Amino acid sequence: MIKYIVRRLVLLVPILFGLSLLVFVYVRSLPGGPEIALLGERATEQSSEAIRKDLGLDQPLPVQYGRYLKNLASGNFGSSIITRQPVMDELKQRFPATVELGITAILIALILGIPLGFLAAKRYQGFLDHASLGASLIGISFPIFFLALILKWIFAVKLGWLPSFGRIDATIDLPHPTNFYLLDAIIDTNWKAFVDVLKHLILPAIALATIPLAIIARITRAAVLEVTNEDYVRTARAKGLDPSVVDRRHVMKNAMLPVVTVIGLQTGLILTGAVLTETVFAWPGVGSWMLNAIRNADYAVLQGGILFFALITIFSSLLVDISYAFLNPRIRYQ
Amino acid sequence: MALLSVRDLEVRFSTRKATVHAVNQIGFDLESGESLGIVGESGCGKSVSALAMLGILPKAGRVTGGSVEFGGVDLLKLPDQKLRQIRGKDIAMIFQDPMTSLNPVLTIGRQLTETLEKHLDMDKDVAKKEAAELLERVGIPRAADRLGDYPHQFSGGMRQRVMIAMAISCKPKLLIADEPTTALDVTIQAQILEVLKNLTAEEHMALILITHDLGVVAGVCERTNVMYAGKFVETAPTAKLFSKPRHPYTLGLLKSVPRLDAARKERLEPIAGLPRDLRTLPPGCSFAPRCLYATDRSRAETPELHTIDSDDHLVACWNPVPDADIPERHSLEDPGAS
Repeated sequence: MIKYIVRRLVLLVPILFGLSLLVFVYVRSLPGGPEIALLGERATEQSSEAIRKDLGLDQPLPVQYGRYLKNLASGNFGSSIITRQPVMDELKQRFPATVELGITAILIALILGIPLGFLAAKRYQGFLDHASLGASLIGISFPIFFLALILKWIFAVKLGWLPSFGRIDATIDLPHPTNFYLLDAIIDTNWKAFVDVLKHLILPAIALATIPLAIIARITRAAVLEVTNEDYVRTARAKGLDPSVVDRRHVMKNAMLPVVTVIGLQTGLILTGAVLTETVFAWPGVGSWMLNAIRNADYAVLQGGILFFALITIFSSLLVDISYAFLNPRIRYQ
Repeated sequence: MALLSVRDLEVRFSTRKATVHAVNQIGFDLESGESLGIVGESGCGKSVSALAMLGILPKAGRVTGGSVEFGGVDLLKLPDQKLRQIRGKDIAMIFQDPMTSLNPVLTIGRQLTETLEKHLDMDKDVAKKEAAELLERVGIPRAADRLGDYPHQFSGGMRQRVMIAMAISCKPKLLIADEPTTALDVTIQAQILEVLKNLTAEEHMALILITHDLGVVAGVCERTNVMYAGKFVETAPTAKLFSKPRHPYTLGLLKSVPRLDAARKERLEPIAGLPRDLRTLPPGCSFAPRCLYATDRSRAETPELHTIDSDDHLVACWNPVPDADIPERHSLEDPGAS
């Protein structure tokens, strides 16, 4: 098992290498360039040229890429063209914000989606089954930014129950050793801050969780229905076990296998969803940062951000593969 | 008093389009320690009868009549919680396909101990020891080391042994084996039947052996019931059934068993036609459309079981097979296929 994990991690190197090349070419094929974002309407041929030269963009692409790789190898992601801040510094702030939001969303999707799917399967063709099918159809087809706006309008603007933007109230003083604000509040044992951070998390996390929740509920339902008809479930019933034991030990343990796979696939969805959700709720995460970077053709930020998105995706799929081995004894990694 | 007494058991399956009459008023008695074979084609209602007795029918199925008295208690009237205390403890069941009947994500040990913990209140360590002994009894080598293994690490025959160990773990009074050897190859079949036979004898268990294979009941069962279209059409001590089959369907089944001692050019005789469509049950004998002996009465009036030849031989037929048509070599001593 450990050998398998190490091998997967070693494989990361060529993957990241290829990815860096793809990202590099991709961001440079975007229309416009940083000089247009910087100069706007006042751009002249000469000033644009000067800026391109200043940023090293006048060099041939292979040379630029070589320099980029060299910096990358020493952990230098470059600096934002617009703010002149090192990409790494900003990433340290924003990466935890996105991860905190994403994990909360996934947790909401799991905690609600799995029981909902299970109940729908138990009430197959009943009211709850049809209701959850309808709800998840709406959940899947509702545009995430629209849902985010509606949530914000109802719960923040009209009812005033929850804050509408940001990660924490500006008046609360909290040191940020990890930049995971919930963790920071626990470290500081500042419960007032903890509750406030949680309140800020609720709306964006719900907006981000809807699609994964709907998908997880549907997959759970299908898996439970299938497993319930398996011969070994009949065997378990023939043993005289209590229905709750049959469900827990025999049905759910098997039904979780496809669900885990789907959870892994949701990571990508969460990350793209984060771009929209973070924008609506002014969440200072990687998503809203990237959106700005695209607008400004901020090459260094885009390259850094996309690489980190890729890293998250790769790690979450590794995590899924590992947990698969624990759930399914027929899979053993050598 | 009989250990098990089934009367007029009736099972229906409701689908959106039609109702399937899967089991139609069957009845039989079984004494403790007795072994009974139930034989018939696929879909004739053998397995469904067993599942109905235990209250574990699939969702679409329901018992619409009859009684199943076990030790004087009607299982069909028992609340599910009480029935669960009997299921797996006093009545245990073995299923057809050992490949799919064991949970792939639980260890063999866990699947054995969960029954022991539930019915015999054993704690974990005691149950584990007992589980190892059970595996040993059904002939699994190095049993204690294999408790931590998963089903996919066992062969088909070994898995069926595990199923048997699970079934006998609480020393049931009645063991129902539903096609226990069908998914296995012939040499393994013989071994599994041997294990079943020995265990039921040692523990004085009653056995219901459900199969489509007459060769299997020949070596194991004292009595045999032949089932067709959800009804028993003939019941007799196994030896008599083989030597003097009176129902044309039983004769047809016997003729379609391959035999090693048959002359080379002798062909197997399949039963013509298809099994009865159980969605409609017109009056008359269900087998009449496929029967060489059918009379006008067979097509108009449903025959009930009545004695023939002797008190323990019953047949439901208006025109039983005459002696002259019974081939000589269908003796119990050489059932051929087992």
